Amino acid sequence: MNFHELFAHFGDITVDGLTKGSIYALVALGYTLVYGVLKLINFAHSEVFMVGTWTVLGAYSLVGADEGSGVGILIIATVLGFLLAPLASAGTALAVERIAYRPLRRKNAPPLIFLITAIGCSLVLTETFGQALHAIFGPPFGRAAVSIPSLIPEKEWVNLSWIAISNTQILVIVAAIVMMVALDAFVNRSRLGRGVRAVAQDPDTAALMGVNQDRVIMLIFVLGGAMAGIAAMLYTIRYDITKFDIGFLIGVKAFTAAVLGGIGNLRGALVGGLVLGVVEVYSSTLFSSNWEDVTAFVVLVLVLMFRPTGILGESLAKARA
Amino acid sequence: MTLLELEDVVLNYGKIRALHGLTLSVDAGEVVALIGANGAGKTSTMRAISGVRGLHSGRIVFDGQDVTKLRADQRLRKGMCLAPEGRGIFPGMTVQENLDMGAYTRKDREAVASDFERVFTLFPRLLERRKQFAGTMSGGEQQMLAIGRSLMSRPRLLLLDEPSMGLAPMLIKQIFSIISEINQQGTTVLVVEQNAKQALSLADRAYVLETGSIVKSGTGAALLNDPSIREAYLGVA
Repeated sequence: MNFHELFAHFGDITVDGLTKGSIYALVALGYTLVYGVLKLINFAHSEVFMVGTWTVLGAYSLVGADEGSGVGILIIATVLGFLLAPLASAGTALAVERIAYRPLRRKNAPPLIFLITAIGCSLVLTETFGQALHAIFGPPFGRAAVSIPSLIPEKEWVNLSWIAISNTQILVIVAAIVMMVALDAFVNRSRLGRGVRAVAQDPDTAALMGVNQDRVIMLIFVLGGAMAGIAAMLYTIRYDITKFDIGFLIGVKAFTAAVLGGIGNLRGALVGGLVLGVVEVYSSTLFSSNWEDVTAFVVLVLVLMFRPTGILGESLAKARA
Repeated sequence: MTLLELEDVVLNYGKIRALHGLTLSVDAGEVVALIGANGAGKTSTMRAISGVRGLHSGRIVFDGQDVTKLRADQRLRKGMCLAPEGRGIFPGMTVQENLDMGAYTRKDREAVASDFERVFTLFPRLLERRKQFAGTMSGGEQQMLAIGRSLMSRPRLLLLDEPSMGLAPMLIKQIFSIISEINQQGTTVLVVEQNAKQALSLADRAYVLETGSIVKSGTGAALLNDPSIREAYLGVA
C-alpha cells in the first residue's frame, strides 16, 4: 500500500476526487429525483448522460471548434456545449418518460415491469448510438472511444506546496455546486417545486390540490436530464473523451452515489457523489486504479449496513431547507 | 340551484363493488351530510366525487357540467375541494406550505393573502404553528390544517371526509361549529360522517348510506328524529 504517495499528494488527490465526485453528484440528481417521485430506478438515465457527451462533440463540430481555434470560436463552442448538452439530455429523458414509462403508468403496471423497461431503454439507446454513429459518420465513429477536443487548456490556478488546483477542476466543482444549489432552491422554495414534493409525499392528495401529476413527472425528467447534460459537458471538458457505452459505468457510480447519500434526497446526491469520488481516488492511490471500483462498492455496502437509508437518509418527500 | 349531482354511480375496487348505483344531489348553499357505518361506501363516494377514483358507470355533474371524465386536479379547478379522510396533509411540509398547496392553482395573489387571513382567523392554532412540520402536529391540528388547506382553494363545494375521526369530543364540537361558519360564509358543504348526531344536527339535508346505496334521505332534523336512524346510528333505542 502506497501511503507515502497518498500523504505526499493528499491535497491534489482530494481535489481530483472532488472533481470526479461533482460529476457523479450531478448525474445522481436524475436518479434521485425520479426515484423520489415515482419510486422508479431509471436505468436509462446513464444514456441520458451519454447523449449529452455526444451532443458536446456535435456542438463543437457545428462551429468548427478545435484545440487550435481562435478564442472567439472557443467561447462560442463552450457556451453552445453548455446549452445544447442539457437540452439534448433533457429531451432524451423526456422521450423515455413519454414513450416508455407513461403508457405503463396508464396501465398501472407493477414495479418490476418498470424496472425491466428501464433496463431495456438503456440497452436500446446504447446500442442504437453504437450502430447509428458508425452508419452515419463512418470510422472512427462506432464502438470505439472518440476523443473530444479540449477547448479549455488545463492550467494550474492554485499551486502551493501541498495542493495544486487546475482551472478545469475549479470549473467542474463550481458549476456542479451552482447547479445543485439552484435545483435545491427550486424544489424547496418555488411553487412548482412544492408541487414536486407534494406528488412525492402523496400523489392522490397532490391531485386533490390541483397538481397535474403528469406535468410534475415530465418536469422531474427534464430537470434530471438537464443536470446530466451539464455533467456530460463538464465530463468532456475534464476527460476529453466519449464512447457509446460511456454512460454505463458513470451511471452505476452515480446511482451508487445517490444510494450512498440517501436516495430521494437531493443533498444526499451531492454528499454521496463527493464521498464516492474521494474514496475512489484514495483507494486507487493506495492500491491501484484496478481496485477503485472494488473499494467504492465495499464502502457503499459498509455505509448501508450501518445506515440503511444512506448518509443523509431522508427522502425527497421529507427533505426541506 | 343544484351544484352537484350524482346519477346512478357505480364504483368498483377490482372485483369488489363499493357503490351500487348511488344517486344524490347537493344544492348551492346547503350543508349536506352523508352518514353510514364503516364500509358503507362513504369514503368511496368522496373519492368518486373528487375524481381520485374513476367510475365503472354513472355520471357526476358539477355546476351543470359533466365532470365524470375529468381527473382530480381538473375537478379542483372547477371549484370543488376534498379534505380527505385520515387528514391527508403533507407531513414533510410546514403548515404554511400545506396551506400554500391548497392555493396551488390560484394566481390571484391578493385574494390568496386574504384567504390566509380567513383561515388563520378560523383556526388561530394554525397561525401559531405556521413554521412547524405538519407531520409533528396532533390529530386535531392536522384536521384543522386539512380543512384550512381545502379552503385555500376557495372552493364552491367543500367535501369533508370524516372530519371528526379520532378527535376528542370537545374538538369535534369545535370542528362542527367551524364547518357551520364556513357554510354561512357562502361555501356549500358535503360532509361524510360516522358521527351521525353531530352531522345531522348541522346538516340541512342528509343521506343514509348502506352497503353502497342510499337507503334514506331527508332533512337533518327529520332524520335525527327518525326512530330507525336513532336506533341504528345514534345509539338510542
